[in-house]
Amino acid sequence: MTATDGFVLTAADLAGNGVHGDDPDLYGKFGIFGGRYVPEALIPALDEVAAEYAKAKVDVAFLREFDHLLRTYAGRPTTLTEVPRFAEQAGGARIVLKREDLTHTGAHKINNVLGQALLTKRLGKTRVIAETGAGQHGVATATAAALLGLECVIYMGAVDCERQALNVARMKLLGATVVPVHNGSQTLKDAINEAFRDWVTNVDRTHYLFGTVAGPHPFPEIVRDFARIIGVEARRQMLELTGRLPDAVAAAVGGGSNAIGIFHAFIGDEAVQLHGYEAAGHGISSGRHAATLTEGSVGVLHGSRTYVLQDEEGQTIDSHSISAGLDYPGVGPEHAWLKDTGRGTYHAITDAEAMDAFALLARTEGIIPAIESSHALAGALKLGRELGPEATILVNLSGRGDKDMGTAMKYFNL
Amino acid sequence: MTTLASVFDKARAEKRAALVGYLPAGFPSKDGGVAAATAMVEAGCDVIEIGLPYSDPLMDGPTIQDAVHRSLLNGTRIADVMRTVEGVAATGAATLVMTYWNPIDRYGVERFARELAAAGGAGTITPDLTPEESGPWREASAAAGIDTVFLVAPSSTEERIRAVAECCTGFVYAASLMGVTGARETVSSAAESLVKRTRAHTDLPVCVGLGVGTGAQAAEVAGYADGVIVGSAFIRRILDAPDEAAGLLAVRELGAEMARGVRA
Repeated sequence: MTATDGFVLTAADLAGNGVHGDDPDLYGKFGIFGGRYVPEALIPALDEVAAEYAKAKVDVAFLREFDHLLRTYAGRPTTLTEVPRFAEQAGGARIVLKREDLTHTGAHKINNVLGQALLTKRLGKTRVIAETGAGQHGVATATAAALLGLECVIYMGAVDCERQALNVARMKLLGATVVPVHNGSQTLKDAINEAFRDWVTNVDRTHYLFGTVAGPHPFPEIVRDFARIIGVEARRQMLELTGRLPDAVAAAVGGGSNAIGIFHAFIGDEAVQLHGYEAAGHGISSGRHAATLTEGSVGVLHGSRTYVLQDEEGQTIDSHSISAGLDYPGVGPEHAWLKDTGRGTYHAITDAEAMDAFALLARTEGIIPAIESSHALAGALKLGRELGPEATILVNLSGRGDKDMGTAMKYFNL
Repeated sequence: MTTLASVFDKARAEKRAALVGYLPAGFPSKDGGVAAATAMVEAGCDVIEIGLPYSDPLMDGPTIQDAVHRSLLNGTRIADVMRTVEGVAATGAATLVMTYWNPIDRYGVERFARELAAAGGAGTITPDLTPEESGPWREASAAAGIDTVFLVAPSSTEERIRAVAECCTGFVYAASLMGVTGARETVSSAAESLVKRTRAHTDLPVCVGLGVGTGAQAAEVAGYADGVIVGSAFIRRILDAPDEAAGLLAVRELGAEMARGVRA
């Protein structure tokens, strides 16, 4: 590969920047967060994944193959777009979008999925399973499975299947089996439970292609590393575009993979603020929200110690968000750790604020964002007004809004 | 309080395996749960595991998920779990709580251990608490004088079996198969070899659970294990019964069948 090939992934790009203790310890812990709280039956599988990943991430052949897929299949590097008309509502601060919505399949999820699908091949496994909320991770997984010839089963809450019917059809067209989950709240958390049940039963031939930076070790590390490319590119591109680093980076947080993906390359840049925006749903005081870091408490969910929406006896409280992709009562342990160390700041954005930003970006810039990403956009508008007209804010536009048109039609009476 | 040690001593003296029955607290109702567990003891269960209903039971199959869901809808709280333990322990059976880790973590490890001991509980089974994370819970349990049971699985390496067994007191729970809870047509052949492998690392009794649903299966497992654990099959009887009284009768019949099995 030559320099003119453009972006070439290196082991360093994948491995973290070696600051702020950014790799988990021997037990998969970021500070007190993370670890493994899973049935013993799954420990060997997690060990196997961790061992194979440790080899893969320093294997030049693996990195080249991943890089090749990112460039020739996913459409990387994704561009930056400055949005001055949108930014007029942000007190004149400069707002620059990282366009993950322009990737193949329409969301940042493709990055992690291609990496893990290649890892699945290395593991000698022939079947992948995945959970999905909005359906973006499911579509991305079904896409990678089709590309690499893997059998694919997607677990999706029955409620989510209904509100994201278009993505269900896409997954089926891509050859995946979509299993609606009718247990519990019938959303993302229940889809994860069901995927774990499948994994423990079929673990000998199956890789659980986990979709976010939550779950037991090593998933938070692996998913982060594969999503890390977003920030690695954006940091370089911001220097080219503006001659300096942004004052702040903004991203939506559900499980937290797109946010970690863009934050991580900036963790060592102490002057760069990192802002995560969770879903406040109908408003924090309504109790109908998914603001885990803002309102939750420390507990264990889906195999990991992190912030959880739970009652005083440890029962998970159902979350709510207009955006299926943020509708999750847990969050990745590295975010919990960034919050507690003060390196990251987390806020909550209501459904109404997100939908306003959704419409505003469409009207002012001709870009229809995912409702998930719209939480980060709404956050950037507030942040811009706080930081003032001299500030530059980098926003991760994590996905496009095509999948959300049903919700938008209902919400705006279109 | 009847201890696990005394249960296994007695079973050994009678040259049979111990019978362990599982039922979630608050199922089919708060009082009905105590009545059903009591029926299980009267039919021959030596140990009762009272499940602590949890919102995200990711290692349970449909039968236990259904029972736990109903129990949560009945409003079951930790105080009800403790009251259930108290009622069941009064029958003279060694009474354990089986729970996912987060409820104990959130409630407070010392508080939970203390209250369980006070209710007459003999210990806990915590399927998603790994040896690496179990230190504080083992300390609190030891201080309260209750046992800690953990699981080994067919996929466990020798190293993991040793690490898990070292954390156990009372007995080691051998999961017979790779999968979730629920009765199966046959007991997995992996179970016997897992029991053998586990015995190489511990002198504690080894009990087999997951997939045991008939007296014949109980007899087969009793041929190589120190205890036979039955959960979903009892729950199935209650779910399929037209009312609680009929459920009790069905539980009693299955308990008797299992009790004959472990004595065969």
